[in-house]
Amino acid sequence: MLIKTVFSGFGGQGIILMGYLLATGGMYEGKNVTCLPSYGAEVRGGTANCTVVISKEEIASPVASEPDYAVVMNTPAMVRFQNQVQTGGIIFINSSLIEIRPIRGDLEIIEVPLNELSKQLGGNKATNMIMLGTFIRKTGLVSLETMINVIKDTFGNRPGIFKLNKTALSIGYNYLE
Amino acid sequence: MRGNHVIAEAAIRAGCRFYFGYPITPQNEIPEYMSERLSKIEGGVFIQAESEIASIHMVIGASMAGGRVMTSSSGPGISLKQEGISFLSALELPAVIVNMSRGGPGLGNIAPSQSDYFQATRGGGHGDYRTIVLAPNSCQEAGDLTYKSFDLADKYRIPVLILGDGMLGQMMEPVELPPEIPVKRLPPKEWTITGAKGRPSRFIRSLILDPFEEEEHNWKLMRKYEKISKEELLWETFSIEDAKMIVVAFGTAARIAKGAIKRVREEGLKVGLFRPISLWPFPTKILKEISRKVKHLFVFEMNMGQMVEDVKLAVDGGAEIHFYGRPGGIIPTPLEISRIISSYYYQKKLG
Repeated sequence: MLIKTVFSGFGGQGIILMGYLLATGGMYEGKNVTCLPSYGAEVRGGTANCTVVISKEEIASPVASEPDYAVVMNTPAMVRFQNQVQTGGIIFINSSLIEIRPIRGDLEIIEVPLNELSKQLGGNKATNMIMLGTFIRKTGLVSLETMINVIKDTFGNRPGIFKLNKTALSIGYNYLE
Repeated sequence: MRGNHVIAEAAIRAGCRFYFGYPITPQNEIPEYMSERLSKIEGGVFIQAESEIASIHMVIGASMAGGRVMTSSSGPGISLKQEGISFLSALELPAVIVNMSRGGPGLGNIAPSQSDYFQATRGGGHGDYRTIVLAPNSCQEAGDLTYKSFDLADKYRIPVLILGDGMLGQMMEPVELPPEIPVKRLPPKEWTITGAKGRPSRFIRSLILDPFEEEEHNWKLMRKYEKISKEELLWETFSIEDAKMIVVAFGTAARIAKGAIKRVREEGLKVGLFRPISLWPFPTKILKEISRKVKHLFVFEMNMGQMVEDVKLAVDGGAEIHFYGRPGGIIPTPLEISRIISSYYYQKKLG
C-alpha cells in the first residue's frame, strides 16, 4: 500500500494544515508518512499545496508523479491537478467555489459544498476540516478516531478551537452516507 | 517533524549551545526553533546577527572558546560566509554549517536545488582546504548526520557542512531523535582560548607570513584531509546486486531516483542506486569497484552537472557515464526520471 494525496488551494484555506493532520494521522496509525508542503513565497491568497504519502513500506519519493487522490479547494488548483491524478483516482472538489468539473471520465468525483456545510458552524469557518472529514470517510486512509486524537493533540490547549475543528470534521465525515 | 526543526533539535541534543545566523528562506525554521530552544537552556546563546558575514565570525569566536556552535543559511548566504569558512579551516576550528540550498546563481529563487555542490565540496572560499560535506536525504538522516557532525567537527577540528535543500528543510517525516548529551560530559578541548590564568598562553592564528611555516601548515592540513578521506566515507546502495545500470544521486535527487528505480524495476529493468552520503570525502574507491562490474552509470542531479565530475574522476574511464539534470529549483517527478532511465537503458541495449 502506497497512497499519494495532493491538497491544493488558496493560501489561507488551511491547505498545509490538512496535509499535516493527515500525515500525523498516518503516523499515529504506525505507517510511514511524508508530508511535503509548498513554502515561502506562497501567502494568503496565493497558491498553496501539500503532498502527503502514506505507506506500509518505506517511502522512496515524497514527490507524487501521479497522485491517487487530489483535494482541490479552488479553481486554479483543479486546473493544475485534475490531469495528474491517476486513472481510477478520486478528486475531491470544493463545489462552493469551483464551477468547472474535470472532463476526464476515469476519475471518481466527490463534490463537497463546503460553504453551505459550514453554515452549521456559523459562517465560512473550518472548511478545510469539513473537507478532511469527507476525505477520510471516503478513502479510509485514517480512522475518524485517530483524526480526532490528532486534532486534540494539535489544538488541545485551546478548547474552543479544538471543539470547532472536531465538529467541522464530523460534519464532513457525516456528509457522505 | 519538519527537516529544519529536526536539524535544530539534533544540534541541541549534540550539545550545541551557540547559534548565530541571518534569515533566509528556505531555512528560516532553524533559527526560529533555535531562538526558542536556546533561550530556555542554561548557557544557550542565540544571536540573529546583522549579516551572514557577522554570524560566521561569531561562529569563529564561539568555537575558539570551545563551544559547540552552528550556523545555517541558504545559497546566497553561504556564499557570504565563505571568508569565515576559509578562516575556520585555517584556524582548525570545529563548527557545523547548514546549507539548505535553493535555486541559483545570484538570488535565484527559494525552490530546492543542488547547485551548491561545487561550492560545498571544493572548499568554497580561498585557500587550499576542504570541509567535510554530508548530504542527508530524509528527515531522520538529517537529524542523525547533524548529531554526528558535531563529533566529526571536534574530532578533526574541521568545519562540517550539512548540504540539504529546500525540500529537505520543509518536508515533514516522523523521526526518532538521538539522546541528549550533557554538555559537561563532552570531551575537553586542549587548544581553546579561554584566558591563560594558571597555564601557558595559547594562540590560534591564520596569518603565517613565513612561506615555509605556511607550507608546513598546509601539509598538516593535507595529512588531516587524507585521514578523513580514508575513515569518514558514507554511502548507501539499493538494488545493485543484479544491476546493469546504476543511478548515482545524492540528497533529494536520490529520493526521487529511488522512486523512479522502483518504477522501472516493476517493468523488469535491472537498475540500482548508489547514493554518496559524504560528498567530501567522496566515496571514490567503492564507486570504482562498482564500475568494474556495472558499465553504465546514470548520474542524476538537480543542477547542470556537478557531482558527475567526481563520478568521472572516481571511475576513471572504467564505465560509461550518462547525465540528466534539472536546474533552477525544479523538482522532477519519479515518473519523469524513470522515463529517462528507461530510454538510456534501451538505447544501450541492456534489456
